[in-house]
Amino acid sequence: MRRYVIKRLAQAVGVLWAAYTVSFLVLDFLPGDPVTAMAGAGMDSGDVHPARLAALRHEYGFDKPILVQYADYLGRAVRGDFGDAVSTGRPVTSTLADALPQTLQLTGAALLLAVLLGGGLAVVATYTSLRWLRQLLLSLPPLGVSVPTFWVGLLLVEAFSFRLHWFPAFGNDGLRDLVLPALTLAIPTGALVAQVLAKSLLTALDQAYVETARAKGAGRWRVHVRHALRNASLPALTVVGLLVGQLVAGSVVVETVFSRDGLGRVTAAAVTVQDLPVVQGVVVFGALIFVATNLVVDLVYPLLDPRIVVASGGRASFA
Amino acid sequence: MAAMTDEHENGEDVTTPLLEIRGLSVSYRTRGGTVPAVRGVDLDVLPGQVTAVVGESGSGKSTTAHAVTRLLAANGQIDAGTIRFGRHDLASLSEAELRTVRGARIGLVPQDPTVSLNPVKRIGEQVAEVLRIHGLATRRSAPAEAIAVLDRAGLPDAAVRARQYPHELSGGMRQRALIAIAIAAKPELIIADEPTSALDVTVQRVILDHLQRLTEESGTAVLLVTHDLGVAADRAQRLVVMSQGKVVEAGPTRDILADPQDEYTRHLLASAPSLTTTRSRTPAAQPAPETAPLVEVRNLVKEFRLPRAGDGPRTLRAVDDVSFTLHRGHTLALVGESGSGKSTTARLLLRLTDTSAGQILFDGTDVTAARGARVRELRRRAQLVYQNPYASLDPRFSIGEVITEPLRAFKVGDRASRLTRARDLLDRVALPAATLERRPAELSGGQRQRVAIARALALSPDLVVCDEPVSALDVSVQAQVLDLLAELQADTGVAYLFISHDLAVVRQIAHEVAVMRAGRIVETGPPEELFTRPRHAYTRELLAAIPGQRVSSPASTTS
Repeated sequence: MRRYVIKRLAQAVGVLWAAYTVSFLVLDFLPGDPVTAMAGAGMDSGDVHPARLAALRHEYGFDKPILVQYADYLGRAVRGDFGDAVSTGRPVTSTLADALPQTLQLTGAALLLAVLLGGGLAVVATYTSLRWLRQLLLSLPPLGVSVPTFWVGLLLVEAFSFRLHWFPAFGNDGLRDLVLPALTLAIPTGALVAQVLAKSLLTALDQAYVETARAKGAGRWRVHVRHALRNASLPALTVVGLLVGQLVAGSVVVETVFSRDGLGRVTAAAVTVQDLPVVQGVVVFGALIFVATNLVVDLVYPLLDPRIVVASGGRASFA
Repeated sequence: MAAMTDEHENGEDVTTPLLEIRGLSVSYRTRGGTVPAVRGVDLDVLPGQVTAVVGESGSGKSTTAHAVTRLLAANGQIDAGTIRFGRHDLASLSEAELRTVRGARIGLVPQDPTVSLNPVKRIGEQVAEVLRIHGLATRRSAPAEAIAVLDRAGLPDAAVRARQYPHELSGGMRQRALIAIAIAAKPELIIADEPTSALDVTVQRVILDHLQRLTEESGTAVLLVTHDLGVAADRAQRLVVMSQGKVVEAGPTRDILADPQDEYTRHLLASAPSLTTTRSRTPAAQPAPETAPLVEVRNLVKEFRLPRAGDGPRTLRAVDDVSFTLHRGHTLALVGESGSGKSTTARLLLRLTDTSAGQILFDGTDVTAARGARVRELRRRAQLVYQNPYASLDPRFSIGEVITEPLRAFKVGDRASRLTRARDLLDRVALPAATLERRPAELSGGQRQRVAIARALALSPDLVVCDEPVSALDVSVQAQVLDLLAELQADTGVAYLFISHDLAVVRQIAHEVAVMRAGRIVETGPPEELFTRPRHAYTRELLAAIPGQRVSSPASTTS
């Protein structure tokens, strides 16, 4: 078990390094020059002195060969220093740290809603004996996956803030402000959870042990929740692990639509002005969240299904 | 119990039946329309007696058993009939009332113990659940009661097993856990649906013995569903023979076995291998023994690394010092129970897995560590027929494509000549040429296994390894396929390495039998000798476990 965790942590470091390197290379190949953008932003007019630009380039190390730049940045990144944001001059780490709580609130709430709504929908849809209700519920997830997030957001704002005045349309203070953006973000995610869970619930209900449970005299709800659900939850759990990445990505759109100051907004702004240090910081941080979530998911598997043992060989496997 | 049995022996039933099924009809809704599965079945189970329902797959025997407590598949429905149990008619009882019968008054022992327990719950919990549902134990008393029931069901170390999960138990132990679930609430009737078909013969016997003892002690009646006439003959006071959804014959077991009235019952009796062990179809063609053997295996060893290190051995010796020779035109049978290493031995011989030690000579050449082109050459000369014809044919291929695939793989002939060869092979395995265009799903199990045999023979191999080739088939189909294999051997001189857990089947086809246990060959010899004068204790145990021996070979008088 301990060897497994150590091995997985080593893998995580590898993933983070790869994320850093790939983002570094991609950003380097992009056309445009952050220094020009920065200089342009700092001094209102376009007539910047070339000598001033060169000085700035020298200051940020953009005049060095690419490999030297890479080694420099990587060395500092390892120590937790991603440099200063080109647009604001503030350290990247504190820029991200300031935006983080808002985004964590948003994605956390969205994840919770996604699991509750998606899971609930799947359980009810597979439990009900009303054909029309089942058909209706099972047709919702594909719809939820296919509608674009920003459109859902606008629709929710239109309905719940402008017409009903239940929740504010934007802002980032308190729970009331959180409801609509979290719901917007939760809909596509929850739809996927529902789809996977409903499918595996139907598979589980077809298994022989379900018949054994029925032969014991167990009621339908008992069979459904105590026997089938736990067996069906593994694939859904895998999906949840993968969806955390989608949530972080989705926060870019949602935070923009609802004008929330979070990681997503920071990312969107940084990409617009080609603020490379910030973009890199976001990429590495996103990878970190993703890797950590999936490690947790893998460690939860054996708790749900005793047949899965966490092997010292480095991955969870069926015994 | 003994006194009661005598009363019922002659079929004159004095007591009222515990279960009385009248005019039961069940159908399944499918995309193609409604398919009737059971039509107008009458069936009685007397208190304290064992009634066996016998028939081949598709006869409706399982459907009948499941209809009793209305545990049919979602698309199944009872169209007509009454199922009187005590004062209830189970066919018209509400779902809520039915739940007070299920588990409490009627227990079910399901078909396949390996999939019938919830994999994520502890054994003890699953037994305790019955008691909790029917209010027979409190939250606090249930765990101890569950252990007591597991102990009664014959599970050794019940207290330890109760804390384990299903995958940590063997198939036999799991079936005992399922029996514990069935008997926990002390029901009046137990429905056992092929309770031992998925288990090894020796385990089968122990489990059936125990189930019989338990039900006799408590006076529980049993409705035993089985395809194995031998099992039914050994265990049941009354037989109900079903075919195509109808009861063709019913009555006291002894009467039916001694004097079957129906054509189908006679046919079933004649083809049951366990009841007809005296019949042998061993072909006489014995080639001169001085010719060099086709296969020679010396001191073969295969070790597997076990996943978790720490306590216990690090490797498992699946094949342990195995030696044998096989001549052209001969059949060597490897017999043993699951885990005995018989399939691994075959895989080693075909170079599907690497040997740990020992030597394999194929037609004089050492193929122990053969690679690349030499393995391909071996594959061309040694083919395989798998156990499950439902899984071993690609469902998207036409039968023609299935059979010609080895020819295409080895670039033998052109399109036209390959098709001619396929038609020829189909003819050999007694299938019409029109089968070429069909898909595996359109064929029955027996027809599919014929196709698999045709495919194995496509390259005219010297050796065909048959891994339990008839285990998945109905008895009457089994007999046909075994006949076909013997006939093809006589025609082509192919050698068979025949793997089976069923001594009765082996007796019909093998020239030489090797009994395997725990990776070792414990005894070899011609089948007649092995059957009449077994030397090793394990061979005797296997022979004793063949069902259908408690009645005096009735089939010999009928066929």
